[in-house]
Amino acid sequence: MIAIDRVGKAFPLKNDRFVALDDVSLSVAENEFVTIVGPSGCGKTTLMNILAGLETPDAGQALVRGSKITGPGPDRGVIFQQYALFPWLTVRKNVEFGLRTAGVPSRERRDRAQHFIDLVGLHDFADALPRTLSGGMKQRCAIARAYAVNPSILLMDEPFGAVDALTRVRLQEQLLQTWSQEKRTVVFITHDVDEAVFLASRVVVMAARPGRIVEVIDVDLPYPRTEELRLSPAFTALRNRVWSAVYHQEPVA
Amino acid sequence: MTVVQVGAETTTGSPPTEERRRRGVPKWGWNGLSVVLGIGIWWGFSLAGYDIPAPPEVLKRGGELIADGTLADDVLASLGRVLAGFVLGVALAIPVGFLMGWYGIVRGLIEPWVQFFRTIPPLAIIPLAVVLMGIGETPKIFVIFLASFLACVIATFQGVVGVDKTLINAARVLGAKDGTIFARVVVPASMPFILVGMRVGLGSSWATLVAAELIAAQQGLGYRMQSAQLYYDLPTIFVGLISIGVLGLLMDRVLLFAERRLTNWQERR
Repeated sequence: MIAIDRVGKAFPLKNDRFVALDDVSLSVAENEFVTIVGPSGCGKTTLMNILAGLETPDAGQALVRGSKITGPGPDRGVIFQQYALFPWLTVRKNVEFGLRTAGVPSRERRDRAQHFIDLVGLHDFADALPRTLSGGMKQRCAIARAYAVNPSILLMDEPFGAVDALTRVRLQEQLLQTWSQEKRTVVFITHDVDEAVFLASRVVVMAARPGRIVEVIDVDLPYPRTEELRLSPAFTALRNRVWSAVYHQEPVA
Repeated sequence: MTVVQVGAETTTGSPPTEERRRRGVPKWGWNGLSVVLGIGIWWGFSLAGYDIPAPPEVLKRGGELIADGTLADDVLASLGRVLAGFVLGVALAIPVGFLMGWYGIVRGLIEPWVQFFRTIPPLAIIPLAVVLMGIGETPKIFVIFLASFLACVIATFQGVVGVDKTLINAARVLGAKDGTIFARVVVPASMPFILVGMRVGLGSSWATLVAAELIAAQQGLGYRMQSAQLYYDLPTIFVGLISIGVLGLLMDRVLLFAERRLTNWQERR
C-alpha cells in the first residue's frame, strides 16, 4: 500500500544542515495500523509530511499503490496535532469541507458527513462551532473530517498530543473502534510509547541525528484491544521493549 | 477558608432584591452615569468662569441649527464625504491587502509606498491635493480615502500573512486548490483583521474630515466649526464637535455589530 524507499530529507541551517531523514525505508500493508515513535528531531513529522505530499524528499521516493507521491491527494487523509479545524465552520461544515471541494452534491454530502459525525460520537454537537468543543471533541471532529473524503490512508501526526492523559486513553479506544468499523491504512505518529503499542500492529522506532528507523517491533496482540489487554503482562513486555528501543538508543559514531 | 464561608453566607443571607440590584446594574448603566458625570464636570468648568459655553447654551444653539436646517445639511455633507472616502478606501484596500499578503512580488512593490504614505499625515497632503485636484469635492474625498485606505490595507495584509499555515495545509490535504484555499480559508481567516482595519479606517476618516473641509468647503461640520471660529462662536463649535463624536460612535457601533456577527466563531479571551 505505502512504500517508502530510501527517503532522505535535509533542511539547511545557518552553517550546517539538519538531516531530518536519512535513508529511510518502510512499507505498510493495506489496512495495517502502524505507529511511529521516536524522540523529537527524529524526522517523524517530516516523514508524515512527505507521505501527505506537503513536502518532497531530497532522495529516494514515497509511493502509494505503486505511484509516486507528488502532492496532497484525497486518497490520504491527514489529522494534525493542532486539530486544524476551520474555526468559522460548524462541526458539520468542517466535516463537509473535503466533500465540497470534491464537488459532492449537497444531499449526499450531508448524509456522509452525518455518518462520520455519528461514528465519532459528535451527533449532539454537529452544529456547534469548534470554539465550544473540548480538545478531545475537536480531534474527533478532525478524524471525522479526514474520514469523510473516504481516503484509503489516514496519516495522524501526534493527534492526541495536546489532550490530557485520561482523555487520551478514551480517544485511543474510540479511534480503534472507528478503525475497526471503517478499516483504513493508518500511519500514526506519537511520542507516547504506551499509545504506540496499544494502537498498532507494528511499532516503528525512530532515532534522531540523523533521523532514521532503528527498529520495527511487531505487536502480536489481538484486536479489539481492551483495557484488560492494556494491563496484561504481554502488553507490558512489548511496551518495555519499545521503551528501551526509544530511550536507550545507541548513539551513532 | 472561614472568611470565604462567612462571606458566602452573608451574600446568600442578604435580601434577594438588594442582591439583584447590586449585581444587576447593567453596563450601560455605568456608561450612562459616566456621561452624566462628564457633562457635570463640563458644566462645572463653565460655571467656574472658564471661557467655555455651558451645556444649555450649546443645547440651545444645537436647537437653532437644527431648526434652520443648517445642522442637517452639514451632517449630510460631512457624512457623504466620509462615507464616499471610506467606502472607496476600504474597497481598494481589501483587494490590495489580499494581493500583498498572497503574492510576495505585489508586497515587495507596494509595501514601501504604503509605509511611506503612512508616515505623512493626511493634513500634509492637502496642499498637494488642492493644487492637483482643485477645490471641489474631489480633494476632500481623496484625503479621506487615503486615510482609510492606509489604515485598512495594513490590517488586511497582516490578516492574510497571519493565516495559520496548518489551516492551509488542512485544506490542501482535503483536496482544495489555491482558488478554494483563498476563498474558503484565507478570506474568512483574515476577516477579523479586515474588520478591525475598517474600524481604524473609519476613525481616521472622521479624523481627516475637518482637515478636508479646510479646502474651501461651503458646507459640512468641519467647515461650520471653522467659520464659527472666526466669529468666536463657541457653542457652534461645541455642536460640531458633539455631532462628529456621535456620528463616529454610531458608525463604529454598526461596524462593531457586523464584526460580532461575522466573527463570532473566534475564541475570545
